Amino acid sequence: MRPEPPLALLAELTHRCPLRCPYCSNPTQLTGAGEELDTATWARVFAEAAALGCLQVHLSGGEPMARRDLPALVRAAQGAGLYTNLITSGVLLDAPRLAELCAAGLDHVQLSVQDAAAAGGDRIGGYAGGHARKLTAAAVIRAAGLPLTLNAVVHRQNLDNLEQLIDLALDLGAGRLEVAHVQYYGWALANRAALLPSRAQLEAATAVVAAARRAHAGRLVIDYVVPDYHAARPKACMGGWGQRFLAVSPAGRILPCHAAESIPGLDYPRVQQTSLHAAWYASPAFARFRGTDWMPSPCRGCERAEIDWGGCRCQAQALLGDAAATDPACDRSPRHGLLADALAEAASAGQDFAYRQFSESNIRSDRIV
Amino acid sequence: MTPESIPRFAPGHRLREDAARGRWVVMGPERMFVPDETALEILRLVDGARSLAGIAGALAARFAAPEAEIAADVAALLEELRTKGVIQA
Repeated sequence: MRPEPPLALLAELTHRCPLRCPYCSNPTQLTGAGEELDTATWARVFAEAAALGCLQVHLSGGEPMARRDLPALVRAAQGAGLYTNLITSGVLLDAPRLAELCAAGLDHVQLSVQDAAAAGGDRIGGYAGGHARKLTAAAVIRAAGLPLTLNAVVHRQNLDNLEQLIDLALDLGAGRLEVAHVQYYGWALANRAALLPSRAQLEAATAVVAAARRAHAGRLVIDYVVPDYHAARPKACMGGWGQRFLAVSPAGRILPCHAAESIPGLDYPRVQQTSLHAAWYASPAFARFRGTDWMPSPCRGCERAEIDWGGCRCQAQALLGDAAATDPACDRSPRHGLLADALAEAASAGQDFAYRQFSESNIRSDRIV
Repeated sequence: MTPESIPRFAPGHRLREDAARGRWVVMGPERMFVPDETALEILRLVDGARSLAGIAGALAARFAAPEAEIAADVAALLEELRTKGVIQA
């Protein structure tokens, strides 16, 4: 059966970023600036995405503002008919640069914060002065009349500040707040013991969200999902592998999700050689975990098979070494106990981070030979 | 909202064709609404110039239907979308 076309493209324009968040969603093997796609190639990718059926592009990174050609990229995406969403840390965003992006047709900004106040935010982001720059960026975004979503990445070391994060979203004029629990792959998995929240913290946070949704209805939309490690059911990652979204990495790999390169043995097509259309409809990598035919027990025949889609392939790979296994976040997985073990380990662990960084050993070469 | 209110799309929201799926959608910040046929006819007339009464009048003329009924549908839809932050008036 021919799959539905994708709804959105995640464009990871670069892995460069001034921040060093210990839960960064980029792969642990980072791509250097010299191997990033050029402006014309991204413009072609945006046109291909729109022709394929994508309605929206998320311009992400790394820090997308590290790309000097970002206004040209926004203009190309907008010209292709895509709704353009900038996902930024805000630390490189000032009024002149935002004015260029607005002129290019930018539709919306999602601005991340690492905590509700500077001390915590700067420590977690690993960047002195970062929090203050974010507040300035938010004011600049609102002054330009652009809609703003505040993205608060939460974990054990800031979840108790959720009320203050909600107040911050209101103060900054955000229309939407995304309370995003850390997803534990890559950098975050290495820092898991320092980041996993306790059950008690999570229950308090869930109550805070419920009260705030009532108090601020019509003014602030709050998106909030219970994190995997405290859930009984896995998340339907990406709405199912190769079913709703596609991502393109800084070096041009076409992926079913931004973390998919953590799964070995799959040959992802590259935009330099393959169209998005061919990647979506004809590549073995996109077909590998699409639908239900690949599913093992207990997913196979489960009444939730087409709701959860087996959970997250990258999490199965990271925790079990087998991307084709049931996501252990599901309590029907025989390996579900691994998550309780991780929570027990975190309960007695310290707060120190291993920060994300570029180093000799983790910059990869992805050149076409 | 009153019949004289002039609705427009909130910043970051717009009606656009989704040709790949043969429909129209309202795109918003990291969200999307798929209007039904009636809602789509109403939203096509949201242009920042027409009032609620103007929209109802235009639809009544076009579909030869009682204007009061249509006005009620227009008000209900736009009020719902206003509480969702899609429409301002």
